[in-house]
Order: sequence, then structure tokens, then C-alpha cells
Amino acid sequence: MLSPTDTTPRSATISVLVDNESGVLARVIGLFSGRGYNIDSLTVAPVDAAGMHSRINVVTSGTSMVIEQIKAQLDRLVPVHRVADLTMDGPHVARELALVKVIGTGEKRVEAMRIADTFRAHVVDTTLGSFVFELTGATDKIDAFIELMRDLGLAEVSRSGIAALARGSRVI
Amino acid sequence: MSAELTQSGAEILLRALKDQGVEVIFGYPGGAVLPIYDALFKQNAIRHVLVRQEGGAVHAAEGYARSTGKVGVVLVTSGPGATNAVTGLVDALMDSIPIICLTGQVPTHLIGNDAFQEADTTGITRPATKHNYLVKRGEDLARIVHEAFYVARSGRPGPVVIDLPKDIVINPAPYAEPTFSHPSYRPRTEPDLGQIAKAVALMKQAKRPMIYAGGGVINSGPQASETLTKLARLTGFPITNTLMGLGCYPASDPQFLGMLGMHGTYEANLAMHGCDMLLAVGARFDDRVTGRLNAFSQDSRKIHIDIDGSSINKNVPVEVPIIADAGKALDALLAAWEASDAPVDKPALATWWRQIDEWKAKDSLKFTQNMTRGSIIKPQYAIQRLFEITRARKQEVFITTEVGQHQMWAAQHFHFEKPNRWMTSGGLGTMGYGLPAAMGVQIAHPDALVIDIAGEASILMNIQEMGTLSQYRLPVKVFILNNQYMGMVRQWQELLHGSRYSETYSAALPDFVKLADAFHATGMRAQTVDELDDVINAMLDCPTAVIADIAVDQAENCFPMIPSGAAHNQMLLGPEHEASGVGVTDAGMALV
Repeated sequence: MLSPTDTTPRSATISVLVDNESGVLARVIGLFSGRGYNIDSLTVAPVDAAGMHSRINVVTSGTSMVIEQIKAQLDRLVPVHRVADLTMDGPHVARELALVKVIGTGEKRVEAMRIADTFRAHVVDTTLGSFVFELTGATDKIDAFIELMRDLGLAEVSRSGIAALARGSRVI
Repeated sequence: MSAELTQSGAEILLRALKDQGVEVIFGYPGGAVLPIYDALFKQNAIRHVLVRQEGGAVHAAEGYARSTGKVGVVLVTSGPGATNAVTGLVDALMDSIPIICLTGQVPTHLIGNDAFQEADTTGITRPATKHNYLVKRGEDLARIVHEAFYVARSGRPGPVVIDLPKDIVINPAPYAEPTFSHPSYRPRTEPDLGQIAKAVALMKQAKRPMIYAGGGVINSGPQASETLTKLARLTGFPITNTLMGLGCYPASDPQFLGMLGMHGTYEANLAMHGCDMLLAVGARFDDRVTGRLNAFSQDSRKIHIDIDGSSINKNVPVEVPIIADAGKALDALLAAWEASDAPVDKPALATWWRQIDEWKAKDSLKFTQNMTRGSIIKPQYAIQRLFEITRARKQEVFITTEVGQHQMWAAQHFHFEKPNRWMTSGGLGTMGYGLPAAMGVQIAHPDALVIDIAGEASILMNIQEMGTLSQYRLPVKVFILNNQYMGMVRQWQELLHGSRYSETYSAALPDFVKLADAFHATGMRAQTVDELDDVINAMLDCPTAVIADIAVDQAENCFPMIPSGAAHNQMLLGPEHEASGVGVTDAGMALV
């Protein structure tokens, strides 16, 4: 049974399968803002061949009662087919993509390149004075990379937010 | 488009409404919906009731829906027509009333262009509805209308908006037959029998049981109220109703403890506080019901039946959740209770009833009416007499209310034996609800007695609908408890803000008798207690709409009261009782 005295917040990665129709993202986002839930990350894209369904991945946080409430609220939206709490339902993989622009020359530029190698980041654009690195991975890995770039000429970051799937043969 | 499309979108729309069983539309015309009004003009199957403001149309449809169990239908134009409807939509959303609201929209090629009378209706109404649609293609029109009806009436009912661009209703469109399913929206209605078994086990073990039933029982249909009554009688458990649930259990039954919550009875609230097993049916543990959450019914093991999974564990965690239609779950509970041979603790139940009877003896709704000729009328007495006189006449009575003290007194002193007879704005608390709602009830039940118990402040919020009553000769009785104050706000100011009556006195009230006259209705007035019965009788005998202006005691407060932030056992009782309970805490002051 859920306990209202359990005030420890937890992070939850929730995947929602929705009809790919206009307004559906606004419905989901409006639900979060209207009811005061957090959105730490959000991604959305069509995921079937016909483009009929989209998958929304939301990373949110709250007490267990709040997370349960978020899932129940999402589940009752008319265009929502399925709601899965990847964090609770078992192991899952969550990845995001980041594009990181670093401007610099000389030793700093060399160091940035060296660290990018270590993180298995790709260079997707370069000039004599700049790099754009492409990096995928778990959120903490990307956080760590960006942190390291801070002293090496970090200029701009664009992150996708996380995409997530359950491990193994399980599907939502 | 093939040549066989001979009907315009507007005609297809009306055909779909007719196939959905629609008999009445409450609406107001405007530029964007002119083609629909033209199609309405050319047919006789669907009646249109012209309201005086779009907000009135939605409340009228709510009254129609709540008193019949059918879906209420509204038709308004784009822009201001749609925005005026928003309050009614949120009201219907909060109180789970099935409504279809058809809104006009500028032609598709002008959408987003800041066109005349354009508003982003689907954007504005997204959080105000259960679901909404913008019809962008004629071939989707009929399907969307059918789907909208399915969404509005199934699961937890609610309002659905269909936004109709003008070109969509002008151009030819194909028809599609009604559908009764939806690919993603499939509300669960059948209870899990394992959960039912767990529930019956808890109920059998109970020493101090309590049933708490709400509007979900009424929404499930009259059969659910009958099953609930059977179950309560079979178990011998005490039962309370929420404001929304009044009528789902006969008020005259000795097991009924009255309404619970902020202005509920002493016995209902203390039984909630003291019970060891709580069966909640179609009720959502609203803050007006629970009082301070961390002190709410702490010793009870809880069963919660609700068709909306998000209502379960939202405010109060429960041990046995049952996501199902209230009627179906009650049927299953009744069957499982009868099939179970587990013993019931009868001595414990008898002790519990002795305790409840002690609480009942406190007579928490007691008030004193001075019967001397010329005495001022107590508002509770006015409602009590209205109830007694209408009951003696044995007429079918439907009551609507506005919002405030009069609403709570009506809930306390007017008693209902059947569901669908009591229409009040519960969740949203919309002043101005009662008159248009009564209008919708009267349309659905032309021969019934329909009374709007009102306050003089609330009634002015939709007073224009007196014109609708006149046009359609609807004999609605408006029974105003006139204390010249926004009474509930004044009461809070007295109790919480040092009697500083900031802006709650209505200094320039209209003469309601003359006002009735101006709207071709009949006005009457009672100023003293000796005039009351005559006015009530004259009102009930009058064949036309009536405004009865009843001058009541300005200083009267609504008790019992659980102040915001207080627990059920910290109720304030009225001046008839010795002071008891607690005052309001600072934390409570910040609550609504």
C-alpha cells in the first residue's frame, strides 16, 4: 500500500504510447504543468512505420504517491494507449544524444579532442577554431563530458532528452 | 469526393446527433455556426433551446444530463461563444457530467490568423474538458461526433468539445455509423473479483464500519443506488453521502447519517473519523470531505470503488482499490457478501450504532426559529418548510442550487429519496449554476416541480436566463434566501478575518419582485416568518416561473463546520450547542 508519509522523491522514467495526432503533446505537457509535476526530460517521436503512434519518454520525479498519480492521470487521457514506468517495471536502458560545441585553439583544443576520444564522442563539425562533438550515452555520462569541456572552451550544448526501452524481451 | 455526398457537414452533424439520441440542444447562434443553425431550422427531430448567454447553455445541459442520465448537448459560436462556455465545461469536468459542446470555429484556412471571433478553442478547453477535437476534414466529422459521445458518457463521464470550422459544416461530408469502442480509450467497468473478495473479507471483519458514497453511484444509473441501498440494509452499516451523492441513498432511512464533510453532520463526520473500515463508493476524497488529510479516518482499513483509476490513492491511500463502475462493483460486492459465510461481529456493530446514536442525539443541524408573528425567517427554516410542503404535495421535485450558504443549508435540510433529483455545483462551486441548470431540468421533465434554491448574490450571475424561462414557458421556481450578503464569504470573514466584511454586502440589490415581472414571471416576497408558508404555497401553485424573494436572517452562519485545516473531530457547532471543537489554525487560514 502506498504511504502518504513516504516523502522521499524518486526519479521515474515513464514511456507513453500515444496516437500521433495534433495536440497530444500539449495534452501531456499540460497535464504535467497543470498538476504541478516535474519534467526533467522529455522526448517525443513517431515510432511505427505508419506514423500512427508516437512514443513520449518523460523523466519525472516525485514521491511514490505522486508517481502513481502521474501514471494514472496519463493513462486516462483519451489518445494514450499505454503507460509504462520503466524505472519500476524492471531494468531499462536510457540514452540521450548531445551536440556539444567547443571553441578553442592550441593545447585546450588538443585536450578537448583527447577527452572526446575517451568518451567515444564523434566530431560532426570542425573548423580551425571549433568542434561540434556528438555524444550518446546515459545522462550522467553526458553531464560528465560537458563538465570537462567547461574549462576547454565549451560554447553551446544541445541535448535530445532521453529515449528509453526496457531491457530484455519485454515491450510496453 | 464522390458525387453521392449530398449532405452538408451541418446536416451530417445533426444526423449524427440524432443517431446518438439527442433530443435537445442548448445554444446561442453566431457567425461561425450559422450553417448549423440553418440546418436546425430545416428539421424537426432536434429541439433547440435558445439561452441568453453561452455559460447558461452549458449549465442547462448539465441540469438536463444530471436529471436524466443522458448526455447534454451545447451549441455555441466561435470566439466569445466558446470562451463563455468554459466555466460550464470545467464545472462539468469537476462533477463528472457528460456534455457535448459544439463550438463554431473560423474556416480552416483562417485558423491561426487572428480572424474575427477566432479563439484557440481546443487550446483553451484542453484542461477544461475530458477530451476535445478540432475537425479538420469533412470525412472525419461523423466519426468524431460518435467518438465524442462515447468518450463523454463512458468511464468517468465528462465534457467533450468538438470545434467545427465553418467550412467543415458548409462543405459536403460523408456519414459514418455510430461506434461504441475506441482504440486507446477503454475504461474499465468490470470489477476484479479477487479485489471484491478482499473487500468483503474486510467488511465482514469490521467492528466499526462506514459506507461513504458519492456522485459515482448516481452516474452509474438508478440501479446502482438500489444495489447500494440493498447492500447497506443487508450489512446494517451506517452510510453517509457526499454533496454530489445526495439521493443515491434514501435520506429517510435510519442508517443514513446525512451528508459528510465541511458542513456535514456531526454523526457522519465522527463516524468517518472513528470507523475501522471505510467503504468508499464513487467518491473521490475531496478536500471538502476529508478535512486535514493526516488526521482523516486514521484507524480505518479502506476500500475504494472508483471508475477513474486516478481518483484512487490520490489523496488517501487505500488498502483495497477497485477500479470499476460503481453499480457493477456493488452488484459483485452484494453477491460476494451473500455468498460468504464468514461471521459478522454483531455485538461490535451494535456498540458502534449506540455510539453513532449518541452523536446523532446532538442534533447538529438544530436551529431555533422564533415563530412570533413578524419574526425574521431563519434560512434553514425556509428550506425545511419548502421541503415539508413539497413533500406533502407528493409531486416529483427536482432541486438545483447556486453556490454558498443556501446551497449547504439545502443539502442539510432538503432530503432526497431518489438519485438524479439534486443538481448542485460541487467541485467547481460555480455561482450562477442553479437557474440555468433548473432550466435544463425543466426541459427534460416538463411536468415536474423544479426549484432553484438560490442566494441573492448567486442568482444575479445568470439572471438573464429568466428570459429563457419566459420564452419557453418553463415554470421554474427560484427560491431566493436573501440575506443581502455573499453569505458564505461573509461567514468566513466573520470566523477568519475579524468580521471585516470586505465587499460582501450587496448594497444595491434589485427589487426581485419587479425583476420577475420584467421577465414575464411572477414575483413574490416573504419578509417575516408568518408570511413564509403562504408564499411557498403561492409559488408552488403558480403556473408560471416564479422568483420568491425570502428575506432571511443576515447574521446566520452555516454549521456544523469543519474549518479548513481541521480534522473531522474538530467540528465547529452552531450557537445552539455549547462551544466545542477548535478554532482555525494559521495553516488552515491559507487553505480555501
